[in-house]
Amino acid sequence: MTHLETELSNLRLELNEMWALVISQVKESQYALLNFDKDAASEILFKEKMVDVFELKLDRDCENIIALYNPVASDLRLTLAVIKIVLNLERIADFAKGIAKYIAKSPRDKINPELLEVSRVEELLTNALAMLMDAKTSLDNENSRMAISIFSKDSLIDEVTNGSNKVISDYILKHPDEIDEALNMHNIIRKIERMGDHSSNIAEEIVFYIEAKVLKHNKAARK
Amino acid sequence: MANIETKNVNLYYGDFHALKDISMQMEKNTVTALIGPSGCGKSTYLRLFNRMNDLIDNVKIQGDVLIDDEDIYRKGINVDELRIKVGMVFQKPNPFPKSVFENVAYGLRVNGINDKHIVEETVVRSLKQSALWDEVQDKLQKSAFELSGGQQQRLCIARALAISPSIVLMDEPASALDPISTAKIEELIHELKKEYTIVIVTHNMQQAGRVSDFTGFFYIGELIEFGKTVDIFTSPKKHQTENYITGRFG
Repeated sequence: MTHLETELSNLRLELNEMWALVISQVKESQYALLNFDKDAASEILFKEKMVDVFELKLDRDCENIIALYNPVASDLRLTLAVIKIVLNLERIADFAKGIAKYIAKSPRDKINPELLEVSRVEELLTNALAMLMDAKTSLDNENSRMAISIFSKDSLIDEVTNGSNKVISDYILKHPDEIDEALNMHNIIRKIERMGDHSSNIAEEIVFYIEAKVLKHNKAARK
Repeated sequence: MANIETKNVNLYYGDFHALKDISMQMEKNTVTALIGPSGCGKSTYLRLFNRMNDLIDNVKIQGDVLIDDEDIYRKGINVDELRIKVGMVFQKPNPFPKSVFENVAYGLRVNGINDKHIVEETVVRSLKQSALWDEVQDKLQKSAFELSGGQQQRLCIARALAISPSIVLMDEPASALDPISTAKIEELIHELKKEYTIVIVTHNMQQAGRVSDFTGFFYIGELIEFGKTVDIFTSPKKHQTENYITGRFG
């Protein structure tokens, strides 16, 4: 194994650790939201700092690899992809933190199950989580087909999100005393939608690394 | 029209098949880097263009080597004239034991040009083109051996340029130089390609990336991949190229 290969292998190990942490943050945010668990929410807020540490460390490692080893071809593409994947993972973790913050700071101690049901947040978060995990597996297995399949899952999230304005406004009409809760839920749906977008960005980077193809701004190539 | 072209070139040193069916085209005013592990045939390929391989015993060449559409291996070609058109710079600076001025003027004198004004004008122009003038303008009569290694190499480039070639071949021109001198040679290559077609053999991958427009990767006498340098170094098509440039073999 060359020195650069060792460095890249360590980079991937570290990326996997960050990825696993972000997956657990999103999983926890789903649990905290569905159970309105303030302890779980606090745990997410605490762990967010670890995500930031990973981001800084991986950024520095990528910078060092470029400066010291001048990677080319797939090595360069991997390094560039890791920089962008890390950025997207950090944003996803930020959204999980946003959900946790809402729960932790809410004066209420439970959420109306009807609001959870009509907003389909459980389904949305399950999808966002699946995208994030599929992206990780596709990089682990260097499987670009699997990475491309992530885009269709994002379409599903977008579809539900697009209908959410009507769902939330109908809920407000029906429960005028829960305007705040409903608007917060609308906000959460938007956060989940952004999580999906960031996982799609990650999938684009994985395809770039594996196949040297740029899918950004190219809808036709994402099919 | 390609400035340099080879069509199905095979070269043998006795029984050893050193170049295998190489076809490649190089356009005017471009820099082409030839890369590959030692013994892959890249220097042998470079030496085809000024017929330096002719000096080796038992060499056999098949196929076409064209410069400006003319077969340079056809019978009756004047090799001296060819070598005026195709200059060469070697790995180690090899100035003659003469003054800085006479080193550059040498090629002119050998070709019968002795007019003082023409010689002076050409020496100054060549030294300026090789980015050496500012450093040697007051040392023209000093021995070339008093110059640093990097300056000597640029002097050799000036010597090659003095006879107005259209093609400059460089065989690892910066491998014996320090980073500053290397950077100067690389800058010079950038400048020179405006007027010359340059073919460079290099073991330094980063250098190939920095200076060339096109790159050819050779392996055991075969041209494995040839393409735009930016494509070779970001998304090579062949596995062997990928493995070589990423340092996984060779």
